[in-house]
Amino acid sequence: MALRDEWRRARAIAWKDLTTERRSKAGFNSVVVLAVTILVLFGFALGPDTQAIRNAAAGEIWLSALFAGVLAFNRSFQLELDGGALDALILYPGARRAIFAGKLLGNFAFVALMLTIVIAVGVVLFQVRVPAEWPSLLAILFLGCVGLVTLGTFYAAMASRSRAREVLLPLLLFPMLVPVLLAAMEGTKALLGGDIMGDAGAWARLLAAFDVVFLVATLLAFEFVIEV
Amino acid sequence: MTTAALATKVARPRTRAWTVFGWFAFLFLIASQATAIAISPPDRDMGDLQKIMYVHVPSAWMTMLAPLTVLVFALRYLWKRREQDDLLAASAAEVATTFAGLTLMLGMIWARPTWGVWWTWDARLTSTLVLFLILAGYLALRALVDDRERRAQWSAAVGILGAINVPIVYMSVRWWRTIHQMQSSPATVDPAYVLGLRLNAFAFLFVMVFFIHRRYEAAMIERAAEHAAEAAALGGSST
Repeated sequence: MALRDEWRRARAIAWKDLTTERRSKAGFNSVVVLAVTILVLFGFALGPDTQAIRNAAAGEIWLSALFAGVLAFNRSFQLELDGGALDALILYPGARRAIFAGKLLGNFAFVALMLTIVIAVGVVLFQVRVPAEWPSLLAILFLGCVGLVTLGTFYAAMASRSRAREVLLPLLLFPMLVPVLLAAMEGTKALLGGDIMGDAGAWARLLAAFDVVFLVATLLAFEFVIEV
Repeated sequence: MTTAALATKVARPRTRAWTVFGWFAFLFLIASQATAIAISPPDRDMGDLQKIMYVHVPSAWMTMLAPLTVLVFALRYLWKRREQDDLLAASAAEVATTFAGLTLMLGMIWARPTWGVWWTWDARLTSTLVLFLILAGYLALRALVDDRERRAQWSAAVGILGAINVPIVYMSVRWWRTIHQMQSSPATVDPAYVLGLRLNAFAFLFVMVFFIHRRYEAAMIERAAEHAAEAAALGGSST
């Protein structure tokens, strides 16, 4: 019963966040434009050589999502702080991990939608052939997105309430994300290349394991982060 | 009474025993280095270049050990909520960052003549670099958060997650480089080099413990000065 209540609270928070985004759109639009801009810049960095750009497509897509995602994570807490709403959220009865789960769901929807747009643009710009195994690709994207959003939301809960939050969040988040990003990039790369070596499955399982570890660890640690 | 004088009066974490231990640690380090360099024959391929092993390898071991110390004190802080544990975790993190940086530098100095490059994306190198960055993030967090309790709780959480991540990073970059290949086994060490390594491992351990304690002393004195300043600002009698 208690767990069902927590789930309802988490959903309410996620719904509130998404409604705010849907009504203003300013945040989402600018984050997506930024992600696409980064993608274009990667194209310039790797030169007009189509083959080189295509080979690096997996990395370019994930890094664009990462850089733009950082803004989304900070923003999701910043909006609460601006309205003085975070204190109210904490005062409500129930476990604090429901707040984390809610923020997580909201950010996941935000980043997943952004990632979809980034990939669509990336496929066109970098002339990536969509592989026949696209359901596996979707699974990798889903798992990578979960890892990115889990750690991102957790560290944003701290960084957004500190001085110099723009610097602090990437500083904390990027090194911690190395395993998730490596697995996501390698899995995506393998699938985009037709998975000749057959390691996409191994990367996906690894990514799933990282997601579980980080989800459990952050859910347990969030209590300490939010109460002060 | 000045704040500084009051601080030493309140804190007084600096004891004669620790000063003696510090002297012992440094003399032991010098002796171990001298012994290792004297008794080890020049390496067949590397010649005397091999001697850098006696600083690089023990330093790398401390780079593994110091973050574990952070983990232990961070967990103990969350369990017992004693400020001392938070300061000890922070001191251990500072020392861990130093040793990680030292290990990377020494490794690069060694890699240039032997491998011909300053850097290669090997699993061990890459994961040590990521560990260094995680620790730097921990220290940045402490520097950017002013509220004492908040800083303690947050850095405990960041320290624990970072420590969990270290073995994961190591494994993931190893798989990243070698997913198709068999892992090559580490070369066995000739007995002529073992004693030198062992001695220096202990020497570095003593130095690390001493460094952590020294940083802890400094943190305690700073904290006591803050308390004293607060008390003075509130107008209470601060004697």
